[in-house]
Amino acid sequence: MTFTAGIDIGSTYTKAVILDRDLRIVGRAMEPTGFKLPQVSERAFARAIEAAGLTREDIAYLVATGFGRHQVTLPDVQVTDLTAGARGAAYFFPNTRTILDVGGQTMKATRVGDDSKVKSFRLNDKCAAGTGAFLEKTARYMGYDTSEIGPLVATSKTAASISGVCAVFAESEVINHLSEGMAPADIMHGAIVSLVGRSVQLMKRVRMEPEFTLIGGILRFERMVDVVRQQLSADVNVPPGDLVQFTAALGAAILGQRRLASLQASGAGAA
Amino acid sequence: MAYAAGVDVGSTQTKAVIIDEQRTIVSRALTDTGANVIRAAEHAFQEALRSGDLREEEVEYVVGTGYGRYKVTFGNTQVTEISCHGRGAVHMFPKTRTVLDMGGQDTKAIRVTNTGEIVDFCMNDKCAAGTGRFLGAASSALDIPLDQLGPTALRGERPVKISTTCTVFAESEVLSWLGKGKKIEDILLGVHESIGTRSIGLLRRVGIEDEVTFTGGVARNEAMVDTVNRRCGMTVNVGEESHYMGALGAALFALDRIVASRAPAKVQGEAS
Repeated sequence: MTFTAGIDIGSTYTKAVILDRDLRIVGRAMEPTGFKLPQVSERAFARAIEAAGLTREDIAYLVATGFGRHQVTLPDVQVTDLTAGARGAAYFFPNTRTILDVGGQTMKATRVGDDSKVKSFRLNDKCAAGTGAFLEKTARYMGYDTSEIGPLVATSKTAASISGVCAVFAESEVINHLSEGMAPADIMHGAIVSLVGRSVQLMKRVRMEPEFTLIGGILRFERMVDVVRQQLSADVNVPPGDLVQFTAALGAAILGQRRLASLQASGAGAA
Repeated sequence: MAYAAGVDVGSTQTKAVIIDEQRTIVSRALTDTGANVIRAAEHAFQEALRSGDLREEEVEYVVGTGYGRYKVTFGNTQVTEISCHGRGAVHMFPKTRTVLDMGGQDTKAIRVTNTGEIVDFCMNDKCAAGTGRFLGAASSALDIPLDQLGPTALRGERPVKISTTCTVFAESEVLSWLGKGKKIEDILLGVHESIGTRSIGLLRRVGIEDEVTFTGGVARNEAMVDTVNRRCGMTVNVGEESHYMGALGAALFALDRIVASRAPAKVQGEAS
């Protein structure tokens, strides 16, 4: 009974991570969130347990995070995605001071102290132009699927100019560019440059300091990371591989381990 | 007999209106704007000519308006859609002092004088929230044709509260309400209420002065008209031409040019 789980119910994907006492990731799973949050979180949790070769009884503590954290019945406790993201970022990069988290429908900039506690944050969740939805829409206007964004944009050499004021208005811009013979890859690249422009504004508003760590599903696009690096003129940390998408779930599971340790300590003290 | 035409190239649809010298509408046409804006403008104009049984030479002056007005390659000049909607609205409803124009990608509130001149206006310019596209998003999320949105919403009793501002997020919010078991009628009523709130906000910024005329493609939606009526506390003017108001205004400006170009000749004629 020393395993903990973190579940991050994001606007687009739900992620689950199982950790052992030594903070090693032993299992994880991801599901599209959809609209039935209790069911989807249950499913992601069950799949992560299975991947770890464990049973539900092995999980001593479960922490939920993400926008849908209050709508699930499973967890022992809920934490905000900012807190969970900060813990997860520090797991990979202990010197992280500023985190940029770009997800399907949200963008967050967080500044943290050397204890990984949140000092300042700014969110964008009102307008799709500052989130992954902007890239998804741009891709869709050109007849591409979300999964094709990464490979498509990797071939671009120059970015088209996309104003990025509104994800709906972008459609006319995309159509104009296409009719002028511009390559879809360059248009996609332009959308990323525009999105990163908004990210950097958000980071400035939390008075960013290095080291910078990028997390969230949208950062799985290498081009996005490149453009952030260029616009900040600084090096950035990115969790390895697809763990970039699991950072908040991982952070939630880490917080679960801490809680478990303190519960066991106080339990031992009482005994 | 001389004819004048107005072609209104909107973000979603292109409208053409031809009027005669008595300012009577002779014919009109509507087409989707699509990707080829130049062709859409030509197509709408040719359709209007055909349905009016007119030859192109008979139309002496063409004014282009709307966001694609510079793509009306056969047009003699361009006038902004704000001026055209004001002019068209006052022509159809002479007591108009305030115009609410809701189109596919923009919503405008316009204050006009009794001659249709613009006193003040404001519009959404940064984002598609509160425009026809918001209805488009609901239509595709719920898989209900655009022209059925109004009738369906009118059957709603308890509107859901749509909390998102962004049109893109509204699509997911609509689906999440559906997931929570809300009735489609109540969701759609909520969508209309949400757009209504934003457009009344725009109207208040220019000042709501009686009478209010509702123009643009969204004016065809009964539930939207009902919502605007309730929010304004008065019955707004809506006509069959509401959708064509910009093109009509443009045609009226075109007729002005025809009349103005004749004026010196007329003076000469009288002198002789």
